[in-house]
Amino acid sequence: MKKSKKRVIPGFGLTMGVTITMLSIVVLIPLASLVVYSSQLGLREFFEVITRKRVLSSFYVSFITALGASLVNAVMGLILAWVLVRYEFPGKRIMDGMIELPFALPTAVAGISLTSLTSDQGLIGNFFAKFGIKIAYTKLGITFALIFVGIPFVARAVQPVLEKLDGSYEEAARVMGAKPGYIFRRVILPELLPPLLTGTGLAFGRCLGEYGSVVFIAGNRPYETEITPLIIMSELQEFDYKSATSIALVMLIASFLILFLMNLMQARNSKRLRGGNV
Amino acid sequence: MTKKKLRSLCLAAVLGIAAFTGVCSYDAGAGSDVHIINVSYDPTRELYESYNKIFQEHWKEETGQDVDVIQSHGGSGKQALEVINGLQADVVTLALEYDINAIQDAGMIDEGWKEELPDDSAPYTSTIVFLVRKGNPKNIQDWDDLIRDDVDVITPNPKTSGGARWNYLAAWAYAQKAYNNQEDKMEEFIKKLYQNVLVLDSGARSATTSFVENGQGDVLIAWENEAFLSVQDDPDEFEIINPSISVLAQPSVAVVDEVAENRGTEDIAKEYLNYLYSDDAQRIAAENYYRPVNEEILKEYSDVFDLTMELKTIDDFSGWQEVQEKHFADGGIFDQIYGN
Repeated sequence: MKKSKKRVIPGFGLTMGVTITMLSIVVLIPLASLVVYSSQLGLREFFEVITRKRVLSSFYVSFITALGASLVNAVMGLILAWVLVRYEFPGKRIMDGMIELPFALPTAVAGISLTSLTSDQGLIGNFFAKFGIKIAYTKLGITFALIFVGIPFVARAVQPVLEKLDGSYEEAARVMGAKPGYIFRRVILPELLPPLLTGTGLAFGRCLGEYGSVVFIAGNRPYETEITPLIIMSELQEFDYKSATSIALVMLIASFLILFLMNLMQARNSKRLRGGNV
Repeated sequence: MTKKKLRSLCLAAVLGIAAFTGVCSYDAGAGSDVHIINVSYDPTRELYESYNKIFQEHWKEETGQDVDVIQSHGGSGKQALEVINGLQADVVTLALEYDINAIQDAGMIDEGWKEELPDDSAPYTSTIVFLVRKGNPKNIQDWDDLIRDDVDVITPNPKTSGGARWNYLAAWAYAQKAYNNQEDKMEEFIKKLYQNVLVLDSGARSATTSFVENGQGDVLIAWENEAFLSVQDDPDEFEIINPSISVLAQPSVAVVDEVAENRGTEDIAKEYLNYLYSDDAQRIAAENYYRPVNEEILKEYSDVFDLTMELKTIDDFSGWQEVQEKHFADGGIFDQIYGN
C-alpha cells in the first residue's frame, strides 16, 4: 500500500508520458528542425543573413509595433476586465463573449476588414485622414491590427483574478483613510500584476509572429512596414529554406526570451506576495 | 492499477490507429474510376473549373473512364513548395517556369519538361496591362506615366508573388527600350516606379483588393486576365489601358513524373495537358481572358485582346535563372530599389 493518495487523473507515469510525447510532437521536434535547417548555414553566413539591412529593419518594425500594441493592450485589457467584473449593465454577457472574437475570426478576414475600415476611403480612416493621419499601410495600421489580435489575452488573463479579489482589503484601506489612487496602486495593482504580465507577454509573443491580419494592412513597403514573417515568406518564395529558418530562429529566440523574462518577473512577484511584506 | 494503465494505453492506441487510418483512407476521388490532382495558382480557378468539365467528357469518350479532377489553388511559389513537400500532384499548372524548375530540381519532374508540349509548355499566355479608374483621370497611357510624381501605383511584391515578377519585368522591358539598354538609367526608372508604389501587397489578388475595394492608388499593374475580371465586375468603375510594350507571360504546365508514375496516372495526366491545346480548350482559355496560343483562335478574339502590343518573352531577359539572380535574389536590383 505505497500509494496513499488517489489522484483524479491516473498514474504519474502515464500522464508524464503523454505530456512529453505531446510536447515533442507538437513543439520540440518542429522547433528542433528549425535549428537543424538553419544550422546548414555556417555561422558566418547565418549572421550575414540575419543582419541584412532589410531583415534588421523588419525586426525593428515587428518589434516596435508588437511592443506598442502590447502596451496599449495592457492598459485597455485591464480597463476592459475591470468594467466586466466590477459593474453590472445590460448587454454585459454579450460584451463578455465578444472579447474572444479575435481568437475565433480567421486572421485574414480580420486583416481585410480592418484594412478597408482604416484606409483613407474607409469609415475610420476617412475620419483620421482629415487630420492628416494615415492608419492603413503605416506602422500605425500594423499596431492597430495587433491590438485587435492581442486584446483577448490581457482581458482574459486579468478577469478571473479580479473576480476573486477580496473586496475587504479595499474596504479596510478606505476605512484607514487611503485615497482611491493609493488604494489602486498599493492594494489592487499588486494583485493584478502577475496576470497582467502573463497576458501582456502572451499578447506580445503572438503579435511578434502575427502574419495573416498584418500583411493586408501593412502595405509591406521594405524598410518601413515590412514585418519579419513576410520576409520569411519571401525567402520561402525563393526556395531559400536556410535563410527563412535562420530568420525564424531569431524570432523564436526573441519570443522565448521575452516570455521567459515575463515568467521570471512573475515568479519574483508572486514570491513577494506570498512573503506578505507588501 | 496496472490493469487500468494497460486499459488506458490500449484505448489510446486504438484511438490513435483509428485516427490515422481515417486520415489515410480518405479518398477524394471516390465514385469515379480515377482521379488526378491539378495543383495550380490563384487566378486560374474559373478557367480550370470550365476546362475540367470538357476534359471529363473528352476522357470518357476516349476511354470510357470517369475521371475526377481535384483542383488546388494558391500562390504559385507556395504551391510549388507544397508539391516538393509531398502534395500528390499529378500535374502542375503554375504561373512561372521558375517554380516548375524548382520541382524539377527536387527530382520530381524529368528534365526537358518545357519541350514536351508546344509553345514552351504554356498552352495559354497573358500579359501585363494597367487598370485605371473610369475615364482615366490621371491620363495614364504608358509606362513613363507611372513614374510621374502625382501617380500612385499598386502592384504586388515580386519577392513574395511569383506572378508579380512579370509585372516587374514588363516595366524593365519598357526601360530597356526607352533607355537603350543603359543599365544605370533603367535602374533609375525602376527605382522611381517602385517608389511610387503605395501598397506592395504580398499577392496579386490582395493587390487587386487594395485597388478595387479599398480605393487605393491611381493605377494597378495587373495581369490582363485579372484586369478583365475587375472590369467585368464593375464596368462603370474601371478601364484597361494597354501600354506600348509589355511581356508575354507564359504560365507553364507540366506532368509531375514521380507522382504520376507512382499512381499510374501518366497517360491521363499527359492527355490532361495535351487537351489544353485543343480548339475547345483554347476557346475556354480565351473566354477566361487568357490569350490562347493557337493563332487562329486568338484572332477570333481580337476584339478582346490588343494584339498590337509589343510583347517580350522571358528569353529576352536571358531566362528565369538569370532574372532571378540579377533582380530578385537577396541584394539584387529589386533590393537596391529600397536601399537608402
